[in-house]
Order: sequence, then structure tokens, then C-alpha cells
Amino acid sequence: MISVYHYMSVAAILFALGTFGVLTRRNAIVVFMCIELMLNSVNLTFIALSSHLQNMDGQVFVLFVMTVAAAEAAVGLALMIAFYRNRESIDVDQINMLKW
Amino acid sequence: MASLLFYILGFIMLTATLLCITRRNPVHAVIYLVVGFFALALMFYLLGAPLVAAWEVIVYAGAIMVLFLFIIMMLGLAPQELPEGPNWHRWGPLVLLSSSLMACTLLLIFQDPAATEIIGTYYLAPQELGEALFGRYALAVEVVSFQLLFASIGAYMLGRSLPKEDDES
Repeated sequence: MISVYHYMSVAAILFALGTFGVLTRRNAIVVFMCIELMLNSVNLTFIALSSHLQNMDGQVFVLFVMTVAAAEAAVGLALMIAFYRNRESIDVDQINMLKW
Repeated sequence: MASLLFYILGFIMLTATLLCITRRNPVHAVIYLVVGFFALALMFYLLGAPLVAAWEVIVYAGAIMVLFLFIIMMLGLAPQELPEGPNWHRWGPLVLLSSSLMACTLLLIFQDPAATEIIGTYYLAPQELGEALFGRYALAVEVVSFQLLFASIGAYMLGRSLPKEDDES
């Protein structure tokens, strides 16, 4: 039988996989996708606890998390395009100079 | 029935995610991530959140992932292989240690007597959630709409093609 712990465990494993992707991948777009994955695992936690506590507030907060994810994806991808114009690459190992 | 669905969806989601973070080709990674998001949306539906499941499909799998795919194809990164992926020689011990730590944590968690409590059935109708969003949480929804506006302005500022001011400086 499924308890709230099962859902939280799946969310924890998803978050860990996202963190692993952020740490190991070198393609900046895939790193962004892993960040989306981590935000989604947080969404799963919110929904599971909302269902567990019979309370709708968790589902409302998922909307805000999704808005943050959309804004982050838009700004991050614009940064990727600006970086690609300068360096012809989006390898995160080359993004090491903060100065112009 | 619900528990069988949970295990199937969890398996699909974790497998798709694992495949996503290990693919070299970013387009394949996007496709696997979309599969994972669909499984996650079904899991939200299972938890009694149909409106959030619809958002998950529309916003994540529909809008954000298509944006990623568009950028990948626009920059022409699809056929390009990265020179080296995750360096297993360097990351292997860390993965082993942290996964065994997580296995111990999960074992401890599922020994808890509350882990056998079945999660209650809960269903939040889309109408109730919409009324809460535009009633009690109206101010917060306005704030996140401003956040989207600022993000689009910022993306426009970052992504526009610069005029020829480099020659003057």
C-alpha cells in the first residue's frame, strides 16, 4: 500500500538524479533541464503533502514553482544564446570568466 | 490498483530521468525528460490534483521543453557529441557513497510504522483551486505575473542582437 513516504522517496530520488545531472553534465542546456527536474521533484513533494494533509495550499504553491521555472528557463536560455554568440559553444567548463 | 499505478509510473519516471541525464545527444535528453514529465503528471492526477496535472503537461512538457528543443535546434547542437560525458572515474565513488546513503535512509524511513498508512484519497476540483487562486491568493498571482513580465523583458534584453557599439569602444 502506498503511503506519503513512497511519494516523498520518489521525489527525493528525482532530486538526487537532478543534482547528479547538474554536477556531471557539461552541456549547459542539459544542466538547465536538470534544474527543471529538481523543481519538478519539489512539485511532487508539494502535491503529495497536499494530498496527505487534505489541504489545497500545496497545489497553489505548485503554480508559483512552475512560474519560477518558466521564468528561469526563459532567462537562462536567453543567457545561453548570448553566450553562444560570444564563444560558439555552451560548454559550462568554458563559462569561467565573469569579467567581460 | 492505485499502488500498481504508482509503481509503474515511478519506474517510468525514474528510468526516463536516468536516461535523460546520461544521453549525449541533448535532443534525446529532451525527449526522455518529456516522457518523465508525462509520468509525473499522471502521478499528480493519482494524487487528486487534476488541474496541476494539466499544467504539468501544458506548461512543462508543452511549453518549456519545446523552448529547450527550439534553442537546441537553433544553436545546431543536436548532432554534436560532447567530448567527454560524466567522468565515471572521478564521479563513481561519490555516486556509490551517496546512493548507499540514500538506500540506508529509505530503509530507515520505511521501517517507520507510519509508512504503512495508506495515503488518503483526496480530490481537489479544478473549480475550487481556481477560486482559491483568484480569491484568497489573488495578490500572489499578481506578483508572479509581474515576475513573468520581468523575465520576458530580461530575456529580450539578453537575447537581442547588439548594435555595432563594439567598434566605437
